[in-house]
Order: sequence, then structure tokens, then C-alpha cells
Amino acid sequence: MAQIMKMVAQRFALGFLTLFVVSLIIFLGIELLPGDIAEEILGQGATPETVAAFRRELGLDVPAHIRYVEWLWNMLQGDMGRSLANKREISELIGLRFGNTLFLAVTAAAISVPLALTLGVLAALYRYSFYDRAVNVVTLSSISFPEFFVAYILIFFLAVTYPVFPSIANISDATPFWDKVYKVLLPALTLTLVVVAHMMRMTRAAIINLLASPYIEMANLKGLSRARIIVKHALPNALAPIINVVVINLAYLIVGVVVVEVVFVYPGLGQLMVDSVSKRDLPVVQASAMIFAGTYVLLNLLADILSILTNPRLLHPR
Amino acid sequence: MDATLRLLRSAPPTALFGLFIIFAYSFIAIFAPVLTPYGETEIVGAEFEPWGEGFVLGTDSLGRDMLTRLIYGARNTIGIAFLTTALAFLLGSVTGFLAATISGWVDQLLSRIVDVLMAIPALIFGLLVLTIVGTSITNMVLVIAVLESTRVFRLARAVAMGIVVMDYVEAARLRGEGLWWIMTREVLPNALPPLVAEFGLRFCFVFLFISALSFLGLGIQPPTADWGSMVRDNATLITFGDITPLMPAAAIALLTVAVNFVVDWFLHKASGLKE
Repeated sequence: MAQIMKMVAQRFALGFLTLFVVSLIIFLGIELLPGDIAEEILGQGATPETVAAFRRELGLDVPAHIRYVEWLWNMLQGDMGRSLANKREISELIGLRFGNTLFLAVTAAAISVPLALTLGVLAALYRYSFYDRAVNVVTLSSISFPEFFVAYILIFFLAVTYPVFPSIANISDATPFWDKVYKVLLPALTLTLVVVAHMMRMTRAAIINLLASPYIEMANLKGLSRARIIVKHALPNALAPIINVVVINLAYLIVGVVVVEVVFVYPGLGQLMVDSVSKRDLPVVQASAMIFAGTYVLLNLLADILSILTNPRLLHPR
Repeated sequence: MDATLRLLRSAPPTALFGLFIIFAYSFIAIFAPVLTPYGETEIVGAEFEPWGEGFVLGTDSLGRDMLTRLIYGARNTIGIAFLTTALAFLLGSVTGFLAATISGWVDQLLSRIVDVLMAIPALIFGLLVLTIVGTSITNMVLVIAVLESTRVFRLARAVAMGIVVMDYVEAARLRGEGLWWIMTREVLPNALPPLVAEFGLRFCFVFLFISALSFLGLGIQPPTADWGSMVRDNATLITFGDITPLMPAAAIALLTVAVNFVVDWFLHKASGLKE
């Protein structure tokens, strides 16, 4: 047990170190640029006075390390400063949108995870059959499609030709819950198609890997049915890699929503970030990047820790 | 010539299909000016004209011929993606081989830098850097090349690690050969097969990455014809039941699928695995 705790603690330390370095990069990225970010953003027509004023506004007249500590401290307290474009509080701007992004990601996960596991187990069960090959080709292709292609195909069929779902997911705070779910279904379906392939292939591979082990052969010789062997005997031992790939895909869902949000005009954090990049609204981009990267790092950390905790060899040392 | 033919005959239909698509795309990309009826940015008609005579696939949001833009898009999008991938490979494999050959603190330093870069999701990192340096094709190519080179670094280092402990590398070292000689003459030829397969996969990622950025309006800038931004500019047509904007997206999808098929075949051949 002590060994496990030590490994988990190590992962935690490593995770937080990564987060720290990531925040350092996101904040100090501007410093690496030759020249001056204020001049760069304002363009050539700016007078020295406007540049100086803008530098003060960005806080560039203070040394970098002091700015960084201040920024991190404020960030931890939930104060992310103000947007350059419309002078609004960033935390206010982001809070709601991040909630929307999480809502979309969770809906997509609720559809994709059970679907991927079922497809994966079935593919392992009917290995090399027509079904297995068909699922294999379909998932391989869906990985190679750009997200907006999948999104527009779904819009074309499910919103235009057969108007079942709305093509625009414009939800707000006031939208009732089930209405929200209905509107978010098409973007969630797009994300599902994008992530299911990876999860399903891992599930299949993890189970097939185990099917060669002696205890499965034993179960086979006892005369158990294939379905029972896979669900009762193989699946529990395949859990570690499966959980791992599921959590990594959740991380991808939260980060990968950017393009899908833009297609469906969904008011999420990704949409905000893209808008801010084209306006070069640096504080908003930094804050969004920090939130996205933080979620990504933390979920990867969770995947690491879960795979340690579900490893039977570590849980029952001799 | 005979060997090539025999190799092709042994290829599965998916790989043949993939090769065919790749050659067709390259042909279209190279001979774009000959194949197109109009100029790349030439405005030839009214906005959003339907399919028909004169404009086989209609016109786009500014009245430019869709077919022409689609063909030029092959040239621009694939060309830029190829250049970016090549750059990522140059950077990634040189640093990866360096890390493996010198090892010690150089390896530690490079590996830790790559660890941190990989901890940030690529699209988010790309967006952040593009805000700082501004959106342009050169910036985008450099940013994506650096981000993708981290993955190439990991593979190049791992493969080279297995090679530098071989006796022939030891012999070269004792002979007094320099670092560059060892990297290019001993390590590179032996590390080539996995790197070639990786090149195909990385190309797909880069290609999708660039298309996504262009689709978001942050990649290849107008008036250059490019598939990602073509989808974005003409997306409104979809709500009227017109599939024209789906064609550039389908063109992207077809190429990535084709490359994946070929890479799959190559990996099977290289590893000698059956399943």
C-alpha cells in the first residue's frame, strides 16, 4: 500500500510541477518574442504615446517575474483581469462559457463512453467477423475526418434534409435543461463520432490481449459461453487501459470542442478563445489557454493515477 | 521496375486505393494552372451561382469559380502541410538523434522541454502563440512544425536509443568519427522505416491541424485558395441544402484516409505482422 501511495504522490507532484511550468509558458510567452508585444498588436500606425499607454495597460512596465507572481496569485483567486476588447471582467466572461463547454463535453461523454465500450466488447467477441471489420474501417475513417466535415455532414442530414435537430446550438442561461440537451445533441454527436474510434479500438485491443492468457483458456475449458468469459473474466482485468483511454479522451473532448463550438455557434470557451485570438485580446487568450491546459493536465494526471490504482499487481503485492 | 510492380501486386486493395488517391492529388496540385478554367482569385460571376455551364461547381461567396479554387486549394493546402511536416521532421529527428547519441544532460534537457510542450494541448498552444506573433502563413508553419516536432522527437529518440548501443556505432566512435557522421551515416539509415511511417501519420495530423486553423480563420489567409477556409466562407449554403461547401472538406477527408491506408500497409510490411 505504501508503494502505491508513494507512486500516487509522485504523480501528483509531477502534475503540479507541469501545471506550474505550463502557467509560466503561457504567461511569459510574450517575453520570448523579439520586439515589443504592444507595438506588435497596435500596428505600425501607433504613436509612441499610445504604445506607452498600452504597455501600462498590459502592465508591461513592471518586471516580468513580478507580473507573473501577481497574475498567478490573482488567477488562483479567480480574478483574471479585464478583456482588452470590451473591458469586461474576464472571470465573468469565462465562467459561464466554461460551464457551457463542460456541459457539451459531459453530454458527448455520456453518449460516447458507453457506446465505445459496447462496440469494443462486441468487436472483441466477434473478432475477425464482418461486424469487426466494418467497425474497424468506419472508425479508422472517422478518425481521419476533419471535425468540421463530420459536423457539416450531420447538419446536412439531421438539420437540413431531415430537420430533426437545430443546426445552431445557441443556448443561454435561461434555456430549460431538457431544451439545452436537445440543442446540444448535434454537437455532442459530432464529438462522439470523433472520439469513439480511439476508445473502441483500445477496448478491443485490451480484451483481445487478455484472451490468450491461461485463465481465459481455463474458463473456456470449463465450458463457459464467450460472452460470459469476456464480460466476467476478461473485462475486469482490461479495465486499467480502458479507464486510461477514456479519461484521455475526456481531456480531448474538453479541449477538442473548439472547432465544433465554432461550427454550431455554441457559446463555449473555445468559441470565445477563437474570437479573442482574431482580436488579439491577449489577457482573454491567456486565461482561456490556462483553463484549457489546466483541465488537460489534470485529467491526464487523473488517468495516470487511476491506472496505478486499478493495477491488480500493485494492489495485491506478494 | 520489376520489384516495384511485384510490390504493388502484393498490396491490399485499400493501399492501392490510397496510393492512387495520393498520386491523383499530387498530379492535380502540380498541374493546377493548366487544369483550371479561371484564375485562382479571379472573380468571374455573381455570388453563389448554382452548378451549371461555365461554372461546374458554381461560384463562391465572392463570385469566384469553386472548381478553380478547389484545384488551387490542393496545391496550397497540401503544399503547406507537406512543408510543415518536413520541417517538423528535420527539427524532431535531428534533436531526437542528438539526444540519443550524446545522451547525458543534453538528453535530459531536450526530453524535459518536450515533456512540457506536450503537456499543453497542441491546438490551444497554437492559438496562444498565434495571438502573440499574429496570424500569417509563415508563423503558422513555424508554430505547427515546432509543436509536431515534439512527437517526432519522442519517436526518433526512442528508435535511436536502440541503435546507438549497437557494436557498429561503438566501432564508429572508436574510429573517431564525429557526431554528425554517426547521426547521418549510422543512426539515420537504420531508423528510417519507422520514421517514414510516422511521416505519413504526422502529415495527416498537420494537414488536419492546418485545415482546422484555416477553418477558424486563423490559418491560411484570403485570398489564397485553401480548403479549410473555403468550407468556412461557403458554409451558409449548407442550410439551403447545397452540398458544395462539403466538397473541400471531403477532399481533406479523402486524402487523410488515403494516407492512413498506405501507412497501415507500410507498417504491416515493415513489422512483418499479420494482425
